[in-house]
This record gives sequence, structure tokens and C-alpha cells, in this order.
Amino acid sequence: MIVRIATEGQYELPDGEVTARLNVLDNDAVAAVEAGDEARFTDLFAQIVAYVREHGTPLSDDDLRGSDVIVPPPDTSFEEARQEFSGDGLIPD
Amino acid sequence: MAGLTGRFSTVVKAKISKLLDRAEDPSETLEYSYQKQMELLQNVKKGLADVVTAKKRLQLQSQKLEQQVVKLDTQARQALAAGNEDLARTALERKSAVQNELQGLDSQVAELEGQQQSMTENQQKLQAKIEAFRSKKEVVKAQYSAAEAQVRISEAATGVGEEMADVGLAMQRALDKTENMRARAQAVDELEKAGAFEDLTQLGSGEDDIDRQLRQLSSSTQVDSELERMKAELSAGGHNAGELGSGGDAPSAGGQSA
Repeated sequence: MIVRIATEGQYELPDGEVTARLNVLDNDAVAAVEAGDEARFTDLFAQIVAYVREHGTPLSDDDLRGSDVIVPPPDTSFEEARQEFSGDGLIPD
Repeated sequence: MAGLTGRFSTVVKAKISKLLDRAEDPSETLEYSYQKQMELLQNVKKGLADVVTAKKRLQLQSQKLEQQVVKLDTQARQALAAGNEDLARTALERKSAVQNELQGLDSQVAELEGQQQSMTENQQKLQAKIEAFRSKKEVVKAQYSAAEAQVRISEAATGVGEEMADVGLAMQRALDKTENMRARAQAVDELEKAGAFEDLTQLGSGEDDIDRQLRQLSSSTQVDSELERMKAELSAGGHNAGELGSGGDAPSAGGQSA
């Protein structure tokens, strides 16, 4: 699976256990945002980014494959993540 | 994945397809986008230069204040040695006020230093990202001009489109931050223009009121001590009169006769 950390770059991750773990972290982070738990979100989101960097192999610059999943920018704030779920999102038109 | 990453992926991908739908000639669009990225990078660099300038200004003010602290300290000692405790107190009070200013200034300098570092990192990351985009762009262009199958082009375009959108996002975030820091740098500039630093630095140049009082004090003590010496010499009798001419040339503030 190819994962992009937005504003950073693409990584190739092995399917199976690794992506399953990422999925769990992802859902927990969403739950933390919905519960308004900023500290927990910050912790989980940092874990997601670190997990991708640790388990992924960076894609070379001339690799043209698109990503399966895109992780929001590493410096995403709690407020931005909250807005991501309330409509406006991180990416303006 | 349905969570944060899934949601984010969907939004980014929607943006990419919008981007690609608009493009008539992929290589031209990519080239234009690359030029635009290079231009925006210049803005980030300019913002960084502003922060560095603001930091240097504050450091200069800070140095002046440090000199001022040393000067006021010396003045206080001089005043005390001359027996004027009130004047010494005035000097020490000013010293403490200047030290407070200095602390505030130093923390501002430290803050700008931190901003400078994060902006430098940001700029380096952006440069690397633009480079990655350039590589992808070149691959697509090579394929396009070699007139390979259109299907392959559009697949490739997804990858390069994603990179393009991502550089755009990175750029936008960097520019937002740059604007923020630029505003802070401008605030320093305006403070300086408004003369906020002048009151403090004026103390550092030329002679201030403490200097004048110290001078008066030392000249009066010089007069006093010279008078005392003359009295002593006169009362000691005529045989010391020959030494008076050579010893009296450069009287100093005190203790010489002991």
C-alpha cells in the first residue's frame, strides 16, 4: 500500500499487519477528535506519522504511482483536524 | 480506511481530478505549475530574510542595553565612592529598569531565533518537494513526447497530479506561516520607527544627568582634597614648599596624600 504523508512525501508500506495497525490508530485519532480530546489526538496523530515513517520505504522521486491513502500534514493542529470533520477541511479550493 | 486518512485522501483526490480535468496539455500545465512553485518559494525566502533582519535589529538593541547596564553599574560605584548614596540609588534603579527591558528583548530574540530555524527547515523541505515534483514532471513529459499510450499517461498523471497538489498544500501552509512571522518582523520594524528603543539607547550615548552630577561631585571633592592638602602643607611649615610645585600638578579624587 502506498501512503502519502501530506506536505512530506510517499511511502510504500507492507499490506496486512502494518496497514491494519495504521487503520486502528487512524480510527482512534478520529474518535479523539470527535470526543474533543486534544491531548489524545495529538499523541495518536504523532503516532500515525511516526508509524508510516518507520514502517514505510520512501518512494523515489520519479515514481509516478498515486497513493492509496493520504495522511494529513504532520503539523496538523487539533483545530484543523476538527474542521476536517465539520466540513471546511484542510484543503481550500 | 474511513478515518482521518481516508477522509483526507478523498478530499485530496477530488482536488487532483479537478486539477487534471482542467489540464489540456499535461506537460504545459506541469511546467506552469513548476514555475509557480519556484516563484512562491521566493516569497518564503523573503519572509525568512525579514525575520533574520528583525532578529539582528533586536540583538543590536540588546547589545546597547547591556552596555547601558555596565555603565549604570559603574556610575553607581562612582557615586557611592564619592559618598552620594542618593545618586547611587538613582543609577541602580535605572540599571534595574534597563535589565528588565533587556530580559524582554532577549526573550523576543530567542523567539525570533526559533522562528528562523523552523522557517529554514520549512524552506529546505519545500525545496526538496519541488525537486521531487520536477523529477515526476520530467518523467511524464518524456512519456508524453514519446507518444506512449494515452492510458498510461493518465495513470502517470494521477501520481504527478498528487505531487502537484501536495506541493501546493505544503506551499500554502509555509506561506501562511511566513505571513505570520513577517507580521511579527514588521512589528519590530514599527516599534523601532515609533522610537520605542530610543528612550533606552539615548542613555547609552553622551553624558546623562548622572554623569553630570558625578562630574560635579568629583570636581568638588577634588577641590576639597586640594584645599585639605594645601592646608596641611601650610601648617607643616616652609621646608616642604619646594615639593608643592611638582606634587600639585595633577590632583586626583582622593587618597593620594595618604
